[in-house]
Amino acid sequence: MTEPPLTSSGLAKVGDATLPDRDRASQRSWQRFRRNRPALWSLWLLLFVALGVVAWPIILKIAAVMGPAGADFTQRFQPDRVSDAQFQSPSFAHWFGTDVHGRDLLSRVLYGAQVSLLVGCVAAILSLLIGVVWGAVAGYAGGKTDGLLMRIVDILYSLPSIIFVIVLITTFEGILRRGLARLGAQDLDVSGRLLLLVVGLGAVSWLTMARIVRGQVLSLRQRAFVQASRALGAGPIRVLARHIIPNTLGIVIVYLALTIPAVILYESFLSYLGLGIQPPMASLGSLIAEGADQINPIRTYWWLIAFPSAFLVITLLALNFLSDGLRDAWDVRGEN
Amino acid sequence: MYFLRRLFLLVPLLLVISFLSFVLVRVAPGGPFDRERKPASSEIERQIKAKYHLDEPVWKQYARFLADLARGDFGISLQYRNHTVNDIIAQALPVSASLGLLAFGFAMGVGLPLGYLTAARRGHYQDYLGSFVAVLMVCVPGFVVAPLLIMYLGIKWRLFPVALWVSPMHAVLPVIALGLYFAGRVARLMREGMLNVMPSEFIMAARAKGLSENALLLKHALPLAILPVVSYSGPLLADLLTGSFVIETIFQIPGVGAFFVNGSLNRDYTLVVGLVILYAVLLIVLNLLVDLIYVLLDPRVKYD
Amino acid sequence: MLFWCALWVVMLLAGCRREPRADLVIANGNEPESLDPAIVTAVPDMRITKALFEGLARLDGKSGRPTPGLAERWELSPDGRVYTFFLRTNAAWSTGAPITSADVLYSWLRALSPQTASDYAGQLFYIHNAEAFYNGKLKTPSEVGLRALDPRTFQVELDYPLAFFLDLCCYPTLAVVPRRIIEQFGDRWVTHLPLPCSGPYELVDWRLNDKIRLHKNPYYWDAANTRSSLVDLLPTASPNTALNLYETGIADVVWDKDLVPVELMDALMKRPDYHNFDFLGTFFYRFNVTRKPLDDPRVRQAFALATDKQRIVKKLTFGGEKVAAHFVPDGVANYQSPEGPGFDPNLARQLLAQAGFPGGQGFPHLQYMFFSAAGGGAKIQGKIAVELQQMWRKELGVEIQLRQIERKVFYSSQSRLDYDLSASSWVGDYNDANTFLDMFAANSGNNRTGWANAHYDALILEANQQTDLRRRAELFRQAETILVAQQMPIVPIYFYAGFMYFNDLKIKGIYPNLLDEHPIQDIWKVKPGAETPGASTGAIAFISAVVLKRFQ
Repeated sequence: MTEPPLTSSGLAKVGDATLPDRDRASQRSWQRFRRNRPALWSLWLLLFVALGVVAWPIILKIAAVMGPAGADFTQRFQPDRVSDAQFQSPSFAHWFGTDVHGRDLLSRVLYGAQVSLLVGCVAAILSLLIGVVWGAVAGYAGGKTDGLLMRIVDILYSLPSIIFVIVLITTFEGILRRGLARLGAQDLDVSGRLLLLVVGLGAVSWLTMARIVRGQVLSLRQRAFVQASRALGAGPIRVLARHIIPNTLGIVIVYLALTIPAVILYESFLSYLGLGIQPPMASLGSLIAEGADQINPIRTYWWLIAFPSAFLVITLLALNFLSDGLRDAWDVRGEN
Repeated sequence: MYFLRRLFLLVPLLLVISFLSFVLVRVAPGGPFDRERKPASSEIERQIKAKYHLDEPVWKQYARFLADLARGDFGISLQYRNHTVNDIIAQALPVSASLGLLAFGFAMGVGLPLGYLTAARRGHYQDYLGSFVAVLMVCVPGFVVAPLLIMYLGIKWRLFPVALWVSPMHAVLPVIALGLYFAGRVARLMREGMLNVMPSEFIMAARAKGLSENALLLKHALPLAILPVVSYSGPLLADLLTGSFVIETIFQIPGVGAFFVNGSLNRDYTLVVGLVILYAVLLIVLNLLVDLIYVLLDPRVKYD
Repeated sequence: MLFWCALWVVMLLAGCRREPRADLVIANGNEPESLDPAIVTAVPDMRITKALFEGLARLDGKSGRPTPGLAERWELSPDGRVYTFFLRTNAAWSTGAPITSADVLYSWLRALSPQTASDYAGQLFYIHNAEAFYNGKLKTPSEVGLRALDPRTFQVELDYPLAFFLDLCCYPTLAVVPRRIIEQFGDRWVTHLPLPCSGPYELVDWRLNDKIRLHKNPYYWDAANTRSSLVDLLPTASPNTALNLYETGIADVVWDKDLVPVELMDALMKRPDYHNFDFLGTFFYRFNVTRKPLDDPRVRQAFALATDKQRIVKKLTFGGEKVAAHFVPDGVANYQSPEGPGFDPNLARQLLAQAGFPGGQGFPHLQYMFFSAAGGGAKIQGKIAVELQQMWRKELGVEIQLRQIERKVFYSSQSRLDYDLSASSWVGDYNDANTFLDMFAANSGNNRTGWANAHYDALILEANQQTDLRRRAELFRQAETILVAQQMPIVPIYFYAGFMYFNDLKIKGIYPNLLDEHPIQDIWKVKPGAETPGASTGAIAFISAVVLKRFQ
């Protein structure tokens, strides 16, 4: 379905006299969003996936205490349970098949998705918080500030991220382990490694966002409505918050939707090198990295690569259509 | 003027970057000579380290490094001990550069039209299909795409060579495998740029003047719409020119990417620092070019 | 868009290399770190240096035993300590200049010189005064037990008789290298072409991560038996790439046990062009005996007895590896290992209970350390780790955490004894039990367990001074019994199997042996249309042999 481009007459906003208009604008945005069917389907899909991913461990725990049939169910689907049922193709017993250790793949994909989505979300949030503000400030301020901020981005971008990740993990792993040991919570050690990985990945993902936002802001700050706002005496923070950043929202949303797969794939690359998630834990990235070996002309256990990849692709597709929908619905196009 | 000032900053920036990376690689645990089998005596270990000055304090090593750098000498590689870093860069950079440029061309050649199409036909099936394809390209990692291409186009149908870098035919699969991911990103950014620009007032003014839709989009919208793609191009090209580890390993292409990652994993201090400097130079120069292009594309942009 | 097409055309013109096709293309394994025989440590590097530079002796491709190389014969003094080597009259560099004992002396002293930074300088420490010279306690090289008696005679004096000294003479560290070039060009001497080579081949081209091209050295003393004239070695790092190169016929041979995709092993083993053979290497895990409760031998024995090695070999490695009940692989010369413990979970549980952890209660959460990478050969370590964790959990009730770390961090941690349990592997340098057993002497840098046993050290020392091979083997047996059956600072899991792919109807001259020694000069590819070298090629070979002999 087509939407005519929004004209300036409907939602013109100048300065601060917008409160009543804003409420109605929000409602209209929400209505627009609901009419975008792929975006709506994507939202439902993502909610369903999130629910499944979060609920699956709980289901397993509940089933374990529900009699022998339940215990058997839990046993079969435990992601860590090594068994003799190696490399079984998808069947009723194991919907996604099993891997080299006889572990159920469906369970591993769901547990892995938890990790990957966590990694992606943290990276996205860091990107958003640090990257957008950094880029906007640099682009708006211009001159020496812009130079300084962007040169810092250049420096950080040039540093070898693999070594940075190695140093981060090894430096803090020892400290974390000893700290946890003193607290007696040694089982959390594995999560500690995951946390470090997440922080490390997030730390490198805001750089390009900053650059893109800065480019956009450079273009925006000379625009009429910005000049007008400044002429009316609005301070820089107000201009940034009210006019500049909302106008970059489109590109930010789209780039966020690109950052999440980028980070998940980078984690996958780290697993490919042996630096990522610790076995026996898995992430979608590590499952894909291991499954990639199945693409060869001799023999393919197709489920080991197909299901993790399909899960990732479908989730990210939904994310992208959702982001498109959000962007279209909340686009402050009227502010011209 | 502004750009000359930026160029002057190049040298101090490189000093900062080289120092940070110099220290960073040495902080990582494990050294270039740590192996499964240790030499027969600790004296041998000591001598090996001494030969490459690894037993000196870091600041002294850095001073030595700077003195060599002034002569244009990046030092001898700690892993490939018969080659200097300059030798390695001289061999590998042309390969990575040609692979990178071709992949850049592929990414632009596929991504820009795709982004344009999805924006121009927004809301229609072309948009959904095009976006689906773009997102698919972005989600699938290189070490899945490359074996797929090799298996079908290389082994099953024998259309292209499966590895090595000998003739232009050898470039086809690696370029596609490398460029696909970036094409997807470019497509998405292009779409966003177009959607940003299309409702602007000067576009509507041009439309009111009676310009055809195509001419409108191409001549007026495109320069502004391409801005996010241009922002992204700086780091993109720098990344591509310095190679991709995954593609180079799978296709056995003698490029810089494999040296960089292997160097990091093997703690080849001199090679890593040399390659970081190379990458930094490319990145800074390319970002400068990108900023220059902003002004050409959007006359409203001013630098102070 | 036009720009990119133009770029393509430019590449087409510039990138086309007109090179003759090689007679033999081998996927060799990782890019060599160096081709200087004195400093190489990795097996792929050594395969190439053995083709370029030869020593006094060389290993035979069928038996893996030392045979005459640059030296045509040798004499041993009655006390077994002094070797006198007689160089061939026709030993020559690839430039035509003769190789003399002065070259041999230079090469060996160079390996012993700290400035060369040779990892394997220790191979020469058996020579009288060699270690003192290396450590700088001795200034004059003439006091080292090496003498060039005349241009054709070279004498070596050892500190004590060494049963495997001739095997050491085949080792790359002791190969003969060109003095003039090294003195002129320093570290980069190998890349200076034309390079004078003392071995069956000379170096034509070395492009990093691309290929190494060798050409037959016509002045080599045995050039008549060098079967292939032009050989390409590809530095393939990824097993799947090696497989693809082989499947499309670009690589004739793939040889390196890290170049075989582990998951496909069971499918590959059924094919006729897949060859596996026993290999001189062991995969095992180490205990850090300085950490409680691993300092108690009963705990270590419990872990060992709870390890189901059969399962690992059958379910994970698929390559026909043999379960290792002892440390020194079967088939080592002049030696028979004692039997170590098998898989006995009941006994394991009893021992653990005796040590104070009945049913695994109260056992601290230790970590098993390993490194692994998805696209490479080390992947198997991750899989083995998961299985081991499960075994110990199930049989002993003990919870061991897995700690996957990066390779260099792994080596560094292991050296500093900063681990609890650690995956380990060892490949023998030469065909003798000593290369496996002396590493657990207390002062050996390769021990890395913190385990020290004076009786063990004494046995090893005494064994190495024996000339009687049977007595020597007996002493080693006693030592190995302490190592794998009583004290158990390590638990061997399986012996490596070497793998190669090549079509044995087309590629001849590769014979399986324990050392994975396959001299390149013995290998040739049958030309299409001929099953065996035909009359014409045979005649040419005969005539050229005659001609070459005329010029010797």
